[in-house]
Amino acid sequence: MEEKFAHPELRTPENLVYKRTDLLVDCPLSYCPGCGHGVVHRMLMEVLEEKDIASKTIGVNPVGCSVLAYDFMNIDMLGAAHGRAPALATAIKRLWPDRYVFTYQGDGDLAAIGTAETIHACNRGENFTIIFINNGIYGMTGGQMAPTTLPGMRSSTSPYGRDIDIMGHPLKITELIAQLPGTYYVTRQSVQTPAAVRKTKKALRKAFDLQDEKKGISFVEVVSNCNSGWKMTPVQSNTWMEENMFPAYPLGDIKVNGELVK
Amino acid sequence: MGELRLMKGNEAIAEAAIRAGCDGYFGYPITPQSEVMEYLMVERPYETTGMVVLQAESEVAAINMLYGGAGTGKMVLTSSSSPGVSLMQEGISYMAGAELPALIVNIVRGGPGLGTIQPSQADYFQAVKGGGHGDYHMIVYAPASVQEMADFVQIGFDVAFKYRTPVMILSDGAIGQMMEKVYLADPVPRLTEKEVIARCPWASNGRPMSRQHNIITSLDLDPAGQERLNLVLQEKYRKIEESEVMFETIDCEDADYILVAFGLSARICQKAMNLARQKGIKVGLFRPITLFPFPKKEIHELAKRVKGMLVVEMNAGQMIEDVQLAVGCDIPIKHYGRFGGIIPTPDEVVKALEETIIGG
Repeated sequence: MEEKFAHPELRTPENLVYKRTDLLVDCPLSYCPGCGHGVVHRMLMEVLEEKDIASKTIGVNPVGCSVLAYDFMNIDMLGAAHGRAPALATAIKRLWPDRYVFTYQGDGDLAAIGTAETIHACNRGENFTIIFINNGIYGMTGGQMAPTTLPGMRSSTSPYGRDIDIMGHPLKITELIAQLPGTYYVTRQSVQTPAAVRKTKKALRKAFDLQDEKKGISFVEVVSNCNSGWKMTPVQSNTWMEENMFPAYPLGDIKVNGELVK
Repeated sequence: MGELRLMKGNEAIAEAAIRAGCDGYFGYPITPQSEVMEYLMVERPYETTGMVVLQAESEVAAINMLYGGAGTGKMVLTSSSSPGVSLMQEGISYMAGAELPALIVNIVRGGPGLGTIQPSQADYFQAVKGGGHGDYHMIVYAPASVQEMADFVQIGFDVAFKYRTPVMILSDGAIGQMMEKVYLADPVPRLTEKEVIARCPWASNGRPMSRQHNIITSLDLDPAGQERLNLVLQEKYRKIEESEVMFETIDCEDADYILVAFGLSARICQKAMNLARQKGIKVGLFRPITLFPFPKKEIHELAKRVKGMLVVEMNAGQMIEDVQLAVGCDIPIKHYGRFGGIIPTPDEVVKALEETIIGG
């Protein structure tokens, strides 16, 4: 194989500071360059590797940009119908109570077509983890308005900006499910800076740790960019996200140990 | 040695599922089948066999719970009635596409729409022709007694796993609600997790590092790949048509005329057949037990020996299309149906036979 590195002599075990986890399949991701999905995939797989639970983990991915997530995560996975991942995960966790189970869903999947499944799985206090990627748009289908699209925000089905008089309000589903007695840990994170990525990973780790306690849903929202759907460069989209998405979807823990954070 | 009990059809389904070693039931209340989940909640198999019983928030959730459970290799069951089964069609299509074994019970009521809560057979097309989107079939059993409601649970699970396909028991509100004696087989234990993994090496239930990951999906964005999946499914349905046909004939040997009916209609036709024979009309009964695969060859052969067939259904004429396709145009084939929850009487059936076939 052709040596790709300028200084191969430096590639020694003691110099190794980072290695891609084998739980990520070595293939091109289907995500647009600049998108946050790939980072969340990596954090998620690293958490499973560090906890050494990959062989005991079952993932459920949605319909949306991450419809092919099962190709990238080298663990047993099921592809759900649009919005139904929490229903699958409910049955899986109940039938295999010693497995770690997670759903990985976007905003259209989790907060529009799958609202009922999301709310009821959360309210029943199922013992799995929901990972919710919120970029305020339907990415895969080409940038249509999502339940979390901000007022005034443009999309292909709100080309003049979301008019709340006509199109209704953005749905803050994370705040909503945090109110339910069946959720135990609810947090909102992001992945646009190294510091944010580290926080997200910590949140994912906590979410999986909590599955051992069987006290209810652990829910990690990641506010992410969609540079393609928002029609921006990756850098512009992250700035726009910080200036516009974060005020509407403030980062941080919303519920910890079953108690709402004041 | 089994056990003899007096039970409702719906209860027999539930008890048979526990005894068959079913791992999970997921359902949503709807008349006339709510006794299935009610019986399970009273029996609490989660405390005895470990079977999960869960009331879902909708039929949509229930069928997707089934998809999730089936995708991990577990034996899972749901039951509903017509409007609820309509809601399940998307999930059933996904299960057919992902090749997942599961058992779905439809205790049919009159439609369309909210319809009525009285018995009907108007969901024949939906059950037999696919129901959801895409080219697929379920194996469909049509019980005509409480005994068969129980029997087809074990049989249904067996074929579901044999072919990795969703299987439906298509019954109706009368058989679901009526009480009959039923012989129940001895319980078999649920499979252990190890046994589930051995039986379903394709299932997603946790990847040992000795193998690559399993993926349960019906998606293939490459049209060539999706066509391959379709060809696999079609080959599966061909094998099912070859091997899994079930039917019953009564007094067909000397018959001039044949009543063709499934489920409850076949029970009524048995009485009608006796009434006709008392009048000197030689009538036999052909009862398809599997609606898919349909007993095409058997009906085709039978048609060569008789003067006509009356297809009796509690619908506006659905199975008659399959009978006509099987027979061709050689003999008269007519339909007699009542709808919307009305059950035909044996006298009506005899009259229809006399008027449309014999005198027609």
